[in-house]
Amino acid sequence: MAIRGTEIKIQGLTHRYTPRSPVTFNRVDLVSPPGEALAIIGRSGCGKSTLLHILAGILKPTEGKVLLDGTVVGAPSPRWVMMFQAPHLFPWMTVSQNVGVGLSFGRWSKQETEERVKEAIKLVELENWAENNVQDLSGGQQQRVALARSLVMEPELLLLDEPFSALDAFTRASLQKDVRSIAKRKGFNIVFVTHDIDEAVIMGDRAVIMAGSPGNIVHELDIDLPDPRERTDPVVQSLRSRLMSMFQEAAHYKKPESATLT
Amino acid sequence: MNVAVNPAAGGGFSRLLGRFGWAVAGIAIVAVFWLLAGYWLSVNPTTVTFSKFGLIPTLQAFPELWGEGKIQAASAASGYRLGAGLLIAIAIGVPIGVLMGRIKWFNNYTNSPFQFVRMISPLAWTPLAVLVFATWNGSIIFLIAVASVWPVIFATAAGLAKVDPNWFKVARNLGAKPWHMLTKLIVPAIMFDVLSGIRLALGVAWIVLVPAEYLGVTSGLGYAIEDARETLSYNHLTALVVTIGIIGYFLDGTLVSLIKRFSWHRGGV
Repeated sequence: MAIRGTEIKIQGLTHRYTPRSPVTFNRVDLVSPPGEALAIIGRSGCGKSTLLHILAGILKPTEGKVLLDGTVVGAPSPRWVMMFQAPHLFPWMTVSQNVGVGLSFGRWSKQETEERVKEAIKLVELENWAENNVQDLSGGQQQRVALARSLVMEPELLLLDEPFSALDAFTRASLQKDVRSIAKRKGFNIVFVTHDIDEAVIMGDRAVIMAGSPGNIVHELDIDLPDPRERTDPVVQSLRSRLMSMFQEAAHYKKPESATLT
Repeated sequence: MNVAVNPAAGGGFSRLLGRFGWAVAGIAIVAVFWLLAGYWLSVNPTTVTFSKFGLIPTLQAFPELWGEGKIQAASAASGYRLGAGLLIAIAIGVPIGVLMGRIKWFNNYTNSPFQFVRMISPLAWTPLAVLVFATWNGSIIFLIAVASVWPVIFATAAGLAKVDPNWFKVARNLGAKPWHMLTKLIVPAIMFDVLSGIRLALGVAWIVLVPAEYLGVTSGLGYAIEDARETLSYNHLTALVVTIGIIGYFLDGTLVSLIKRFSWHRGGV
């Protein structure tokens, strides 16, 4: 499974749901280099999930554009795959069938599909469950299946919309490490939306904070830490405190303006 | 000391008894009542003419009718009409049900007229069917289709309404085209509901088939019953009625097996 990252360029992105709706976010600019794990944090309603849906090609921007290695994102593609808050697995399928469903939409030979599915299932450590119906699995295991279903597409960019928020603390911590570790090994980009400051520090190379209404990027913080990252590590805790201060400052952010961050 | 007893741990005979025991016992009770009723008819001078409705004459009629090929021919003719009518109902009902379940405005427009037409007895369409169709066969197939299309439509629409919209979002996100949405997502997701609708439709169609075959045709189980009544062959009549019950029971059993095969509901993912 050879995956490479992509350069993400967000240029002057503005969004409103209908012409009469308030502006969700206004003239957002952002650049993320290949292989980066980027956390987007912010309070509810600042437009971070909408931004992620535009990055996935599920929603269209009102103005501006998203470029991945120069290609304009205008529709969903196996090159940029989104993983949702809930796994949304197909309950009539086994683990293997769910993981391979995206490949069945393309022109993959049976052998290639089997090989890639097997490898993706191995990555998320569900080999012993491969032929079980997904309804036999726990919530954490189901989210692993959803991760494998995204990874099997060998995306250049994996988008995660609060993917572990419904899981218990232990499962969440384990998946956060696993996703970062897989992304670093394979070299693809991650952009993830979260409310969890710990998650941003454990998984991200950089965090951007969105705030205001309409929303915009108001702060950013490089998270230059070695792997594996432990919550109890004083350096992790120090970065967590800094990010929390920025987050609290952003919560009182009043005047929305565009921001260009690279 | 407590000893856990696993009810499934018995021998093959116990399992078989557990599975079919109640059914066999129920049928045996009905058979006893039938036997007693037949005896009562035969000993009463005013009802002795009808004693052939009893269990023993009916059982004696089976080899007779089978040997003459009447059961096979009548079942084949009825089976053809039932199959054709049901196929038409499925071919029309499933796509309409999909549209009703998937497109809100289509559902808004069609729900009331469909509910209205559904309540009209299928046999009320008989005069119209006779006028429109050149053959009796055509009329009967039409009546079966009219009777059985509604359960298929409404069950399919109900199945679609239960499909999680997030599945479409996930599929689109992974590159699914409309054809994939239909074959990989909609069809397996609603198969359980469609088959449940077909099961209901089969019941209605089977009920409509027999009276419909009292019309004009000279073949089929309904015709054979009418023929037996006119020739006063009461044991043949009851044997044919039992045949209808047996065929209906096995057709329903087949659909129940299919429903179980395609059911994925376990409390949801």
